[in-house]
Amino acid sequence: MDFFSVIYYRIKKIWKAIRLYLVIAGPGLVVMIADNDAGGITTYAATGAKYGYHLIWFLLLLIPVAYYVQEMTVRLGAVTKRGHAEAIFESFGAFWGWFSLLDLMIVDWLTLVTEFVGMTAALNIFGVPSWLTVVLVIVLMGIIMLNGRYWTWEKIALGFCLLNLIYVPAAFMVNPSISDIIHQGLIPNLPGGLTNELFFLLMANIGTTIAPWMLFFQQSSVVDKGLLEKDIKMGKIDTFIGSIITVAIAVFIVIVTGTLLNGSPIDDAATAAKMLMSINHYTGAFLAIGLFDAGLLGAICISLASSWAFGEIFGWAHSLNTKVKEAPWFYISFFFTLATAGVVPLIPGAPLVIITLFVQVIAVTLLPAALVFLILLLNDRKTMGEYANTRTQNIVSTVIVVAIIILSTMYGISALFPNLFQ
Amino acid sequence: MRMFRQFVGKIREINSKYANPKVVMSRSVSISLAALRIYLFLLVILMLYKLMTVIKVF
Repeated sequence: MDFFSVIYYRIKKIWKAIRLYLVIAGPGLVVMIADNDAGGITTYAATGAKYGYHLIWFLLLLIPVAYYVQEMTVRLGAVTKRGHAEAIFESFGAFWGWFSLLDLMIVDWLTLVTEFVGMTAALNIFGVPSWLTVVLVIVLMGIIMLNGRYWTWEKIALGFCLLNLIYVPAAFMVNPSISDIIHQGLIPNLPGGLTNELFFLLMANIGTTIAPWMLFFQQSSVVDKGLLEKDIKMGKIDTFIGSIITVAIAVFIVIVTGTLLNGSPIDDAATAAKMLMSINHYTGAFLAIGLFDAGLLGAICISLASSWAFGEIFGWAHSLNTKVKEAPWFYISFFFTLATAGVVPLIPGAPLVIITLFVQVIAVTLLPAALVFLILLLNDRKTMGEYANTRTQNIVSTVIVVAIIILSTMYGISALFPNLFQ
Repeated sequence: MRMFRQFVGKIREINSKYANPKVVMSRSVSISLAALRIYLFLLVILMLYKLMTVIKVF
């Protein structure tokens, strides 16, 4: 009898924890899966096409990197009840605040343009004209945003996150060799040595894993959802599961292109989808659908990150729990950012290559600052109390942040001066 | 014009609200912020250099 009652109470306890997780889950999952945006899909497709399964081990290393950086925003948001932009203004003053806010605005807008480029290219494959894609996306965003509840928005966003898993069946459809994946992919190796091309691709993979908007988005999202100190544990689990899923999706993309397009140079994911369609129609179609979904998720989160940040600083009502009448500037800034970015890919001869280059370069000016501020804020014991970084957390996060700063700086500089490292 | 004046007024209000940083300026915080300033300064110089070389080409 005792045995059965112990089992019963254990199951009840686990079920309670799962239910609690399902209530709190959201910010971590959404931000991590949205991290696999259109640019990310292109990077992973190019990684698989160029080096087959050989860099899967490197992608797996990015799980703790993404987790350690993002979990800090959960603690900061839950304890301070402030978004990242407001936290920077308040702790470091107006100079660093404006620098971060304006940098965020520029890099978010440019990244949004790249999301629209990805979405229009993906639907072009199915014969949908670019203008119609842009209109459809803005209307869809309107429907998602204007329901006046954070909860509904989050569940719809999670639905799009689920669609991102389309790469899983796509990977099984191409019948990859499990033995090759294990032997080539899981044993650390640098195919062909550390060449400039490989180094650039490794840096691109890191660059797509940690983006400045993610810090601002997750912290604001935690605040808008109303997570408290007692929810931090579940928020961290949410972030950890999200970091595993995002890397798993990246691995499945690498498996798809590594199996069917190994050795082919890929410039963008849409080209990869077209090439895949000629080999395996459904796999190519899945890649295109996934690319559209990735761009859409990225667009939802990136425009929200900017609107939340502006709302925090300008003192506008800035919650998804508010109606348009109550928070007009929050919604106006959201749709203004979205619409202006959506128009760019429709302009004939728009400098899309330069825009992509600028995203990399300007992100490098914001990311180190945002990461340094993050660590400093997490060490402010007066504000953070028992949730401040421990010595171990400081060592781990400082090593990760310094490595990201060095690599992302080299990535940005090599984007500016492509021949510098040759 | 009225909107522009309101906007400028809002910026001034934000600047005065956040005029004094709340973080304790310990040695490590000061060093980190100084390093960040140097890093960004060098990055801006690199970008300007790139811009000059691009303009020269045209």
